[in-house]
Amino acid sequence: MKSMHKKRKLDAVIFHVVACVIGFFMIYPMLWLLASSFKSNETMFTNTYSLIPEVFDAATNYMNAWEGVAGVSFLTFLGNTVFVTVLAMVGCVFISLLAAYAFTRIKFLGGKFWFSCVMVTLMIPSQVMVVPQYIILRRLNLVDTRIALVLPWFFGTAFFIFMLVQFFRGVPKELDEAAEIDGCGKIAILFKILVPVVKPAIMTASIFAFYWVWQDFFQPLIFMNTPSKFTLSLALNLFLDPNTYNNYGALFAMSLLSLLPALIIFIIFQRYLVEGIAMDGIKG
Amino acid sequence: MKNKVKEYKRRDNIAGYVMLAPWLFGFVLMYFLPMLISIYYSFTDYNLLNDAQVIGFDNYVRIFTNDDTFWQALKVTFIYTIFLVPLRLAFALIVAMLLNTKHRGLGLYRTIYYIPSIIGGSIAVSIVWQQIFGNKGVVMSLLSVLGINQEVSLLGNPKTALAVIILMGVWQFGSSMLIFLAALKQIPGSLYESAMVDGAKKPTIFFKITLPMLTPTIFFNLILQMVNGFRVFTESYVITDGGPLDSTLSYVLYLYRRAFTYFDMGYSCALAWILVIIIAVFTVVLFKTQNNWVYYESGGE
Repeated sequence: MKSMHKKRKLDAVIFHVVACVIGFFMIYPMLWLLASSFKSNETMFTNTYSLIPEVFDAATNYMNAWEGVAGVSFLTFLGNTVFVTVLAMVGCVFISLLAAYAFTRIKFLGGKFWFSCVMVTLMIPSQVMVVPQYIILRRLNLVDTRIALVLPWFFGTAFFIFMLVQFFRGVPKELDEAAEIDGCGKIAILFKILVPVVKPAIMTASIFAFYWVWQDFFQPLIFMNTPSKFTLSLALNLFLDPNTYNNYGALFAMSLLSLLPALIIFIIFQRYLVEGIAMDGIKG
Repeated sequence: MKNKVKEYKRRDNIAGYVMLAPWLFGFVLMYFLPMLISIYYSFTDYNLLNDAQVIGFDNYVRIFTNDDTFWQALKVTFIYTIFLVPLRLAFALIVAMLLNTKHRGLGLYRTIYYIPSIIGGSIAVSIVWQQIFGNKGVVMSLLSVLGINQEVSLLGNPKTALAVIILMGVWQFGSSMLIFLAALKQIPGSLYESAMVDGAKKPTIFFKITLPMLTPTIFFNLILQMVNGFRVFTESYVITDGGPLDSTLSYVLYLYRRAFTYFDMGYSCALAWILVIIIAVFTVVLFKTQNNWVYYESGGE
């Protein structure tokens, strides 16, 4: 009995040592970014690996980051990013929800055909569509506007439609039939009966949409020219141009600030993400 | 023998299309039209300023017969995907099995391991990676502390630069890990119990029970990650800008350069369609192989 107990304890110790070592490597880059954003520019690259700044200069770095780059302040970049992300996220999730509802609960002519179109767009990487999208947006005089960054997301994405369809299929049809007998219309059924049931899936989709749009780099890089309309990820790219800048302290401070909202949202909502991913993965 | 069209109620048709309309509008504007335009331009010479000149298959012929950079970008993307996907999945599975035990603090570890996947797509993370493996970076400074003075950093060396970018991808194993973790929890405990009763050893249990039960999840992940691998861009653009000597030039980065550095839109559209076909072929091949190795409990539904 006693040796069993000892073995268990040893097991736990080994487990925690291994898990902590992995954890260190997973988190080191972020800790390094945090530490470097506190280092003064002069000591930035002496003992680069160190997580303890030799000379603290957080104030200068974060003030410089706050001032922004190319004459545009950090707040402007943040405002642009929030504007684009919120609009894209709301549109994307809401319109995907309507489409998924139509596909699963309404029997209409052509429904199956359009659903197969959804599945085709699921397999086409967005990077492939970006050049012709650019050409269209240029014709519509929308290049270099923030609307251009919203549009590709706004009308829903195949991934969410597919995910929500999977969830709707899991909800018994008797629920909406009962509501229909009570005199509910289609829209009332969706919002009063189904939305509360699939709320976790809607949360998961919203959080994913937030991450995708917030961190998107490829589309802004192509669609935007004027720094005052840039999102944070593009603003960071401005910092990288070695000819104009080498203020690393400010670059790291701004990188960290751009990651902060994503990390906060993750910590608050991680339950939904973890469950959502597990669900998608299994249903496949 | 009812008329087929009459099976659909008129009211349902209207309701269906009202609900679908916003998506349909976006589909036409952001997918269908771009697709048609893209196919058309891939057969033209077009630089945004002049009118497009139809040149037939010239772009495709040039890509395959007279473009070394295309083959280089294709090679880089293949190597990236072939190394990244198995390594990431293997790592995700090992860590998922480590976490599929009864210990304290599992939730905290899971959160920490998942964070890189959450923020990994951000350009900020690519910047960090560049600084860690770059010239004055963490690795170089550690090496010099250990008394090893290197002339070139891992990112500066054409032989190792791609490995650094692959490592960044492997580092983001978190979402695959979560999927594996959920799948591991679905395996019925009775299977393990009867194996233990039969006196099976741990490796046998892993290869005869765990792995076969996971093959549907592995298959799903394989396809997902493969498509993701083929579209790598930000890492290649931010960390190395395709260098040194094009050793990290990803396919999408090359496509981007063709379009927005050389303004060769037609050529870029042709490159895009070749990528679509490559992805489609790989997906179909993977689906064809699934009968040989993917185990479905319910008999392959």
